[in-house]
Amino acid sequence: MLRSPLALAFASALGVSSLVSACGGDDDDDGGGDAGVDAAPQACGEIDGRCVELSPSSDDQTAVQTALIQAQPGDVILFHAGTYTFQSGLTLAVENVTLRGEGEQQTILSFAGQLADAQGLLVTSDGFTAEELAVVDTAGDAIKVEGASRVVFRKVRTEWTTEPSADHGAYGLYPVQCTDILIEDSIVIGAADAGIYVGQSERAVVRRNQVERNVAGIEIENTIDADVYDNTATNNTGGILVFNLPNLQLKNGSTTRVFDNQIVENNGENFAAAGTTVAMVPPGTGFVALAAHGVEFFGNTVSNNQTNQVGVISYFFIGEPNDAGYNPYSDTLFFHDNVFEGGGDMPAGVLGAIVRAALDSNLMMPPAAIPDIAIDHIFDPAKIDEGTGELLPEFNICVRDNGDADFVSLDAGGDPAFSGMSMDASPYDCAHDPLPAVALQGVTL
Amino acid sequence: MRSRPVAGRRAPGSDALIERALALALILCGALPVGCGGGDDGGGDGAGDGGVDAGVVAEPDADVPSDVCNPTAGEEVSFDPAAEPCERLSSYRFFTDGPAQLPNQGVVPYDLNSPLFSDYATKHRFVWLPPGQAMTYGESAVFEMPVGSVIIKTFSYLADLRDPESGERLVETRLLVRRARGWEGLVYLWDEEQTEAELRIAGAIVPVEWTHTDGMPRQLNYIVPNTNQCEGCHVAADEVVTPIGIKARHLNRDFDAGRGPENQLAALTEMGYLTGAPEDPEMAPRAPVWDDPASGTVDERSRAWLDINCAHCHSQVGPARTSGLDLTIEATDPIQYGVCKRPVAAGPGTGGRLFNIVPGHPEDSILVFRLESVEPDIRMPELLRQTVHEESLVLMRDWITMMPGDCGLPP
Repeated sequence: MLRSPLALAFASALGVSSLVSACGGDDDDDGGGDAGVDAAPQACGEIDGRCVELSPSSDDQTAVQTALIQAQPGDVILFHAGTYTFQSGLTLAVENVTLRGEGEQQTILSFAGQLADAQGLLVTSDGFTAEELAVVDTAGDAIKVEGASRVVFRKVRTEWTTEPSADHGAYGLYPVQCTDILIEDSIVIGAADAGIYVGQSERAVVRRNQVERNVAGIEIENTIDADVYDNTATNNTGGILVFNLPNLQLKNGSTTRVFDNQIVENNGENFAAAGTTVAMVPPGTGFVALAAHGVEFFGNTVSNNQTNQVGVISYFFIGEPNDAGYNPYSDTLFFHDNVFEGGGDMPAGVLGAIVRAALDSNLMMPPAAIPDIAIDHIFDPAKIDEGTGELLPEFNICVRDNGDADFVSLDAGGDPAFSGMSMDASPYDCAHDPLPAVALQGVTL
Repeated sequence: MRSRPVAGRRAPGSDALIERALALALILCGALPVGCGGGDDGGGDGAGDGGVDAGVVAEPDADVPSDVCNPTAGEEVSFDPAAEPCERLSSYRFFTDGPAQLPNQGVVPYDLNSPLFSDYATKHRFVWLPPGQAMTYGESAVFEMPVGSVIIKTFSYLADLRDPESGERLVETRLLVRRARGWEGLVYLWDEEQTEAELRIAGAIVPVEWTHTDGMPRQLNYIVPNTNQCEGCHVAADEVVTPIGIKARHLNRDFDAGRGPENQLAALTEMGYLTGAPEDPEMAPRAPVWDDPASGTVDERSRAWLDINCAHCHSQVGPARTSGLDLTIEATDPIQYGVCKRPVAAGPGTGGRLFNIVPGHPEDSILVFRLESVEPDIRMPELLRQTVHEESLVLMRDWITMMPGDCGLPP
């Protein structure tokens, strides 16, 4: 990436050079986000390599943006505790830079009243790390990282502090077209689309995060190789989504493990703008696989999501794709060893109402609640057994060892729709080989 | 717009110019730590291994010859692509009179068929080329420009948009400079007194006011970009910074640089600034003028407007590639440029509408909604724009209204 060589020549003119400390002297390529320390140093004197210290000032916009432009590869930029206020978005284009605060409750980057730019922070450089700071009340997305490799968010908070509203920004932590992403121990609240949104990327680990009061808690979209584990998703409209959407550059993501998460009471109102894909997600949604390929969902606690605890759908369930290279069908999924509690008992939204009505009119003894695992049964014609109409074994949706969870195949593509609905899970009593753990390249787990 | 003086016509290969250039090069090669003549690797250029030059650049830049930014002798342009940027715009002497935007010898004004809308700012565009060198014509690509080239664009506000002689308030002058390692954007912010513009890397918000075309007073907070944001528009494949307007189809038009209207491609060729262009400008591509119905159909003018206003991001390689919406003039499949295309990551930017463009229905089209908005997370273009461009919205609405077809929705 090209970057300005002018930066340091004018540091003194811009009045921030005094903040640049050459601590340690030697240049130290930190490799971008593999620090792997328990307690991050919070003064430049404790850090090897170049380091810049910032504190809140009367003109945070100039001071912080100048520091981001003047940063050198490998730099740590330390944000001391306090609230920094911005009128415009910040941008970072220097490789291997770490932004570090003193804690997600102590170092606050506030964008309330933002006049310009559609993100709080836009990063386009490789080797980016943000840790121990908060980005709040941005006009649009909180932190967007585009086209970068080695992206780390650690103990970051993004939040819209006002009541749920479509005026909130779309995404909290938003890496798109990135590779080797680690999002851990972070808190994401209030996004009008997805709190944590990994889009069109390869190799992502999303773990130990708390996502709440977003429309979608965590969305893995058009992404190859993702591990999503030990997260708590609660009070979102939908907890965790694995989607593939048409008309994008990275088509047909695959291979996602979703395990050991708490997906609890995602019954929040849907405040997304109509027209977005997530606007169709009914309140009360736990987990949805949409046109997903190769998902292993296990060890999760799925509790009291009042419309649909777990759903598997094709794109046809929500619309007509217009993209020749796009595979709109879900296949090769494996749901096992999950714990289900409650849920499905107060269906909401258009889709919730449709499914509830379909159950009542197509089953002799309709269940009181929408079953824990519901599949639309709209399958790729090239992957089904002509005789049974079910997916061939290697592509099947396998459901096994989920306690007393119940199941329904909706036959949403039947003629007429839903007419072949069945709660018989036996065609899906199968197993796929476990998916391998995601191995990030250049980022230490 | 005030009349501009005759651009300096240069005799290519002028001995005096070459001598001067050589002398300057020798001074710089002796004084600068970087290599001359193509060996400049620039440091920090994306090798990704970081830090190798941090110690060097952290030193005060005492090695830069003081006369690069403080020229004393002569009156000609003083620009060196190997030197650090000057703090003051006047140091380069691109203008004989900066506040009046009167260009120096060799600084050539130009204009585009369809420009980017910039909140009703007036733009003064100029190009400077190193002595004796020229741009190389390309039919569809940005012209190749030699190291040392500078594209200069000043943004200003007329006091009264109805009166070109009403005086203007200069806000910023942006330079796109061609260094050995590639293009780089620099921003100079004009002072309140309108006497000097100083280098500004962190961006700024400048309140401006003017009398609009309807006679009503207008005001807004004009956004000066930070230098990272230059890449937000001026980016090609692999995140390489590139000019936008220096293309045949944008430049192929008549322009009066002070000696009567003449075709810009022909004029640039004649003055030695351009080689390889067709002798007859009719043989070169020509973009429509978006607001001149004589220059193209509604469809042609709409696509031209979208191309110059949106396609720097909305292409296969630009920052908005992630949206799947391609608004380049080259996009041919209607869904590529938004017809019946569902949004992907628009968030509140959908305005509750289902498709980017619904044929026949601008009021149902996300594209129109985002052009009508001034909210930071909704408006398009995303960068900088603070007010609605009413005139082009009329064109966009007409274009969509006339578009045949539907998106398969019930009426």
